[in-house]
Amino acid sequence: MPDVQSTVLEFVNKLRKRKIEGSQATAKCTVELLRSVISQQRVPHSNQASALIDAVKAVGEQLVAANPVELAVGNVVRRVLHIIREEDLSLATAAMAGLDLLDASDDDGEDDNCKVVGYSAMSAAVAAAAARSTLRPPSLQTLLEGTPESAAVPYTSSSGADSESKSKSADKSSITRKLKHDVIEGVNHLILEISGCHEQIAEQAIEHIHQNEVILTLGSSRTVLEFLCAAKEKKRSFRVFVAEGAPRYQGHLLAKELVARGLQTTVITDSAVFAMISRVNMVIIGAHAVMANGGVIGPVGVNMAALAAKKHAVPFVVLAGSHKLCPLYPHNPEVLLNELRSPSELLDFGEVSDCLDFGAGSGSPLLQVVNPTFDYVPPSLVSLFITDTGGHNPSYMYRLIADYYSADDLVM
Amino acid sequence: MGAQKKGGARVSEDSEEQSRQRLQAILLADSFTTKFRPVTLERPKVLLPLVNVPMIDYTLAWLESAGIEEVFVFCCAHSTQVIDYLETSEWHSHPNLVVRTIESHKSISAGDALRYIYEQQTETSQIQGDFVLVSGDTVSNMPLADLIQEHRERKKRDEKAIMTMVIKKSKPSLITHQSRLGTDQLFIAVDPLTKQLLHYEEDKVDYARGSVCLDKSLMESNPSVLLYNDMQDCYIDICSPEVLSLFEDNFDYQHLRRHFVKGVLVDDIMGYKIFTHEIGSSYAARVDNFRSYDTVSKDIIQRWTYPYVPDINFGGNRPVKLGRQGIYRACDVVQSRSADVGASTVVGYGTKIGNGDRILNSVIGNGCSIGSNVVIEGSYIWNNVTIEDGCEIRNAIVCDGVRIRAGAVLEPGVVLSFKVVVGRDFVVPAYSKVSLLQQPMKEDSDEELEYADSSSGTADRLSGLSLEMESKGSELGPDGAGYIWEVCEGAHDEEWKHSVAPIPEDKLAEITQAMDDYDDMEDESVVPTSGELKSDADSINTDVNDPGDDYGYFEKEVEGTFLRAVEEGIKVELGVLEINSLRLSYNMESADCAGAIFYSMMKLAVDTPHSSASELYKTASSIIAKWKGLLGFYVKQTDEQIEVIMKFEEMCQETAKELGPLFAQILHVLYEKDVVQEDAIMRWAEEKAGADEADKVYLQQCETFIQWLKEASEEEDEDDDEEED
Repeated sequence: MPDVQSTVLEFVNKLRKRKIEGSQATAKCTVELLRSVISQQRVPHSNQASALIDAVKAVGEQLVAANPVELAVGNVVRRVLHIIREEDLSLATAAMAGLDLLDASDDDGEDDNCKVVGYSAMSAAVAAAAARSTLRPPSLQTLLEGTPESAAVPYTSSSGADSESKSKSADKSSITRKLKHDVIEGVNHLILEISGCHEQIAEQAIEHIHQNEVILTLGSSRTVLEFLCAAKEKKRSFRVFVAEGAPRYQGHLLAKELVARGLQTTVITDSAVFAMISRVNMVIIGAHAVMANGGVIGPVGVNMAALAAKKHAVPFVVLAGSHKLCPLYPHNPEVLLNELRSPSELLDFGEVSDCLDFGAGSGSPLLQVVNPTFDYVPPSLVSLFITDTGGHNPSYMYRLIADYYSADDLVM
Repeated sequence: MGAQKKGGARVSEDSEEQSRQRLQAILLADSFTTKFRPVTLERPKVLLPLVNVPMIDYTLAWLESAGIEEVFVFCCAHSTQVIDYLETSEWHSHPNLVVRTIESHKSISAGDALRYIYEQQTETSQIQGDFVLVSGDTVSNMPLADLIQEHRERKKRDEKAIMTMVIKKSKPSLITHQSRLGTDQLFIAVDPLTKQLLHYEEDKVDYARGSVCLDKSLMESNPSVLLYNDMQDCYIDICSPEVLSLFEDNFDYQHLRRHFVKGVLVDDIMGYKIFTHEIGSSYAARVDNFRSYDTVSKDIIQRWTYPYVPDINFGGNRPVKLGRQGIYRACDVVQSRSADVGASTVVGYGTKIGNGDRILNSVIGNGCSIGSNVVIEGSYIWNNVTIEDGCEIRNAIVCDGVRIRAGAVLEPGVVLSFKVVVGRDFVVPAYSKVSLLQQPMKEDSDEELEYADSSSGTADRLSGLSLEMESKGSELGPDGAGYIWEVCEGAHDEEWKHSVAPIPEDKLAEITQAMDDYDDMEDESVVPTSGELKSDADSINTDVNDPGDDYGYFEKEVEGTFLRAVEEGIKVELGVLEINSLRLSYNMESADCAGAIFYSMMKLAVDTPHSSASELYKTASSIIAKWKGLLGFYVKQTDEQIEVIMKFEEMCQETAKELGPLFAQILHVLYEKDVVQEDAIMRWAEEKAGADEADKVYLQQCETFIQWLKEASEEEDEDDDEEED
């Protein structure tokens, strides 16, 4: 346990000091950390799911608070919570089915009515919950209904295990172990999904990039790199325009990598995007996060590219691994959309230091430098999202997101 | 606990693997100065909040993220407070950073501290290799790992490279010759290839002349030298263990720069060398005085120190939210609708802001309550401060627990120490420092140390004081509490330099004026300010003389002759003979001779050591008395006499400013000794009457004298008239 605690602290520290960059790396670290939290967590006999949920939530809150701008952390925490709920539910339904059978087999007449009534009522609740879970989109009903599934479901399993039968108690302990096992299995699956999202997305490249096309991208994204390279490997010949992505100029790095892989690359300044857009067949960018309304948070300057693309009716395609899908809306108060980085990325301190001499004049800083990291692109400017499950319309994103998260976890 | 275990594990790792030394740092949690008094009487400087976070947290957070694994915090003044803070803070059991404290009460300087650490470490040998030496008031985000690597590699190549000093480009103010951090302009000379530090000049630079003297040998031994005047010393040093032993060997070294660096550079101890490292995009600065407190706070708010900014939780701080225009607001702030919180402002937790308040460019701490119609501009309000209705606070520092009663005004540059109460409608004068503690006696303020502060039982004095306050009211109005500290003599003029308030306009104008005057005179000899110099130039301070300027040469010759005459006691007649021959060979008028001789005389007077103006006056008049014969030979006519006065005036304005105030007095002496006659003075006054204001300074000075002359002559005339009648 102290081991986990210290790794959590270490990770929190890294997040705070902005030492981890990129959503994928962050997501991966988060999910691995949560896996160890779950495996270390001692599970009580009753309410095992809620114990796990509490543990994950506690750690999750710390992580989110450490870097609220990195939405991938919150996304992954919610995904893990969702996995726990799902596994718990499926176990409960399985147990219910078993109990029903059991009930039918050793029927000895005592308290028969009561039991049958009780079980049937419970199975009804489970069925309702199961039905709800299949009906994923967070309907108004789910949100308004006070009883969360997690509260109802563990109760079912524990009360089911209350029965006197030996076979049942054995069943119960196996359920306990099974839940944790299943959850870890599920989390492992999530890890695979996160690390494999590039390939999943890149596989679709051939369907979107055609011969002799010109592709524009901005900033640097590994997903975009893999996507373009996948198309290149499939013998598609096309050209790439890379907007340099001031002030961090990550576009330069991307251009280098593209050239290393043999792609015809042109570097342009961000301000030349509009001038070049008429020659471009498609804009492809990687997202920092995709909000529930289909809006995109991307590197600064992306909105400008999106507007230019709209003006010239050029498709604006956003690549996003499933860990970037955020269940929150951009207007949620807890969403921090942007981060202002150091002005030294724009200006050389030594050169402007005379403008920052507060000893002279009014003493108030006349020179302000604002260096935002991200840009928000409204859904109306996005033509297509390509995630690891395929291509989607912006208006469909909320549905996709509802598949991955449960409504109870939206507010952590 | 976990941290200790890890530390232990790492040590064993090290013994196995010699190449990887753990990165260590020594942090001096004491500045050994009194610049932050009176605040530092009650709290150590490193715990003072900088944008609501104790300074030491910035330093530790930076060291931790730069990969330092172990920090030795050297505590001296208020050591218990520092240790208590570190034990309760998150640094106590940090997974990556082991913080150890070293406590000493005897150290009064950085040199003493390092000697103490050296003694300690010879017993325990905790410091194994190169270490980073910083003070606890450093704010930086520079990466250190590469720099330490660079230092180590250089050390491997060259045993004598014991220190790497971090510098950062930062232009000093053209007017005040101060860096933006309120420290004096720094001149350094660096070898452009090896980056070796060759010269370090912090004080004793003649700003008025814009020149710096370099040793000739510097030019001889180095093929090229790069001179900077736009560098800022970050006071971040990568040191080898030899540095500690050097301090041990030279027990008189106190100051890191003034003694140690100077010592290594000038005295050439064992051929040790210091190198520099210029940081580019990273930030590094030291909070050395109130001015730099202001500057660094603003840099933090403007995010140059990213990621050590208020909205990121880097140390023990609770992050606040950043809004538009750089307004940082914590979550529990109660702000009235009519309050106007302007740009670049930080408001801490649980602070209440009343109706109609105007807050701009300020930092307000946690739990403050601010009444209505208060104006706060460019100020630093710490925690739990109560400000009542209608106060005005401009460019001030207000410490914890202060109460400012309704209608009080703090003028620029005020510092209110802990728990001071400012009375109703009281106006605290500009640059005053107010504390509940009385200003320590002269004797112990001579020793420049914070250490003296902690030892003298402040708590006892404090309790006694509050009783006293209640009985007799205070210097801060009838319902106030606190003593206004007197500014020590000499420091008074300097007060504006280091204050939180910006330099007032009139002060700037004054300095600019002085500079202009100097420039006018200096037009002919232009001194290069900075640049690469080849070794063929002996010194950058060579006086450039215009070869066509015969009068200049003549004047020099006359001066030489005159000085020789003074030294060898040559008779006036012989002197006249020599100067006459000079006059003929340079084809000069006797008026020129008079000017040159008078110039030489005054120069001699100024060059003669003197401590005060009256002493200077005495020497000048005695010289005039002694050599009036020589001068008198050439000033027989009024034109020549006027030439002397003009020359004198020119001197006062340009070369020998010290004589300026004595102009009238010396003119009187000249009159009394019959060197200059009444007519000449009158004609000079007439001529000058038409000149512009700036030229009339000396005329105005002698106004009474001239008036007296006029009256005397009129009387004479009257007398004559009467006699005639």
